[in-house]
Formats: sequence, structure tokens, C-alpha cells
Amino acid sequence: MRQYSKLEQRLLNEFQQGMPLSSTPYADIAKQLGVYETTVLETLKRLQTEGVVSRVGAVFRPNRIGASTLAAMAVPATELEDVAAIVNEFDEVNHNYEREHRFNLWFVVVASDEDQLEKVMAEIEERCGYPVLDLPLLNEHFIDLGFDLKWT
Amino acid sequence: MDMRRDSRFENALIEVISQGLPLTSHPYAAIAEQLNCSEAQVIEGINRIMMRGDMKRFGVVVRHRKLGYRANGMVVWDIPDARVTEIGHCIGQYSFVTLCYQRPRRLPEWPYNLFSMIHGQDRDAVIEQVEFIVRQCGLSDINHEILFSNRCFKQRGASYARKQNLTLPGMVRSE
Repeated sequence: MRQYSKLEQRLLNEFQQGMPLSSTPYADIAKQLGVYETTVLETLKRLQTEGVVSRVGAVFRPNRIGASTLAAMAVPATELEDVAAIVNEFDEVNHNYEREHRFNLWFVVVASDEDQLEKVMAEIEERCGYPVLDLPLLNEHFIDLGFDLKWT
Repeated sequence: MDMRRDSRFENALIEVISQGLPLTSHPYAAIAEQLNCSEAQVIEGINRIMMRGDMKRFGVVVRHRKLGYRANGMVVWDIPDARVTEIGHCIGQYSFVTLCYQRPRRLPEWPYNLFSMIHGQDRDAVIEQVEFIVRQCGLSDINHEILFSNRCFKQRGASYARKQNLTLPGMVRSE
């Protein structure tokens, strides 16, 4: 991991929420940071190219928009990459991780509505050939304020 | 006002802002051009969606792994149903817990009903934080497991649109 400048650290840590709804939000951010708008834009572009920033955008609560679920599969280690690739082919899958457990493939499926979600889950199960654990959200027990990166 | 058209506009707007704003001086104007409406309509639309409380956050979305938070543990707990809200709130209050969700058990193969996500610089840091939670919330009798993540096969913003019929003319889908 490379060293991040003070400006990069502040951009990454202090602007995970509260994107200004003005005509020129990046200029507003620049003003708060005491730099030029072009500096903010160039820095964000660089961080995005490096993969540190996924995007500047909205994160929605599960199931408020569309329907979603967390899914898990127990896949033999030798087949994991192939099965993960099949899962990735689905546009409705946005996160897909290997985890250390008998259930070793974990992914999030988001669809436009419940019917579509059910269809996609069935299709994933059929194409992968392993049963899928369907673990939809029942209750949320925290307030997401972004993640404090605690720069030291 | 035609409500159906209005919700179609909102769906398209939700799709665009969850995939990400353009990194240009006037991002909302750029989105307006894409969706064939005015900049004011885009800003009002986002504001409306925000006011409904559907949005968790709107800003810079970081990838923790790339920032040195290499260890990510999904901690799953088997909590008596009657206590799940109380314990969920206890676990969810700590800043290093980025998600705390109640989900259904799937017996016999899956006994856990509470899921919390913990990011740390390394495994030991995550384990330490789990031990801290166990002590603070009095969970020494509660069965739990830490599922560390290994490979990330995919991570991007959610796509809510059904490909075939929700895409408006001129809307660009980005990965």
C-alpha cells in the first residue's frame, strides 16, 4: 500500500457521505478542503484508477429499492473459480467473495423485484449445480455512517 | 403528472447514481443530459430519494481492501430470537462494525441469525475486535464463527434495473 497525501486521506475519509447537491459539488468539496476543483477531480480520478475509490455515488438500503438477498454456496475448492465465474456472469450479482468456511462462496443478488430475484436465484442454482442458501435481510441493527479509516 | 413516467425516471436516476457520478465539474448536468431532463430535475430527484430514507450514503465509496484493510471478517452469531434486537444494537454500535443484519436461520446447515461485518488491518485485529464485542455485549455463551474473506471475485455498485425494459434511451450501463 502506498502512502496517501493528506488531501487524499481527507477525500477518502470525510466525504463518504453528504455529497453536495449543488450544481458543482466537487467545487464545494474543494472549497472545504482549500484546494482547486481540478485538484479534487484529478485526485478522485487517480484514486478510482488505482481502485481505491469504487465510485462517487449512492449506496442504498437493502430492499428499499428493488429486492436483494445474501446468498451462500458450498463448492468444492477445485471448482470454486469456475463456479464464481458463472455467478459473476449474472448482472444481478454485485458482490461475490470467497470466504473460509464450508460455505465458501458468498454473493449479493439485487433484482428489480421479488419475482425477478427468485428467478435469478433459481437460475444461479441451476447453472452452478449446487444448492444456494438464501439469507435475505430481516432487520438492520446499526446506522451506517461510512467507515472511519483511522489514518495513523 | 404521469406517475408511471415519474417512477421510470426515478428508477433510471437510482441506477445512474448507484453506478456513480461522472467526475466532471457539473455531474448532475451530465446526468440530466443522459436522462433527457434538466439539472434541477436530477437534483430534486436525488433529494426526494434521499428524503424517503432509501439511501444509506451518498459520496465517495472506498474499497477497504485496497487501503490496507486486508482482513474482512463476517462474524455470524446464533442468538436466541428473543434477544436478537437487543444484542444486534449492542454489536452494531461500534464504529469498526460496518454492517449488522438479522437474517433467517436455515436449519440444519445454517444456525446463525445475526451477521456483522468487521474490517481490520489483519486477522488478529479482527479477532481482537470480536473478542472485545463478546466481552462488551456479554456473548460468551453465544455460538459464533468468523468467516474471513479470501478472493474477491466481484465488487461494484448494485444494478437495480431489469436490463430488458428499464433502460432509458441514452443511458449508459457501466461496470
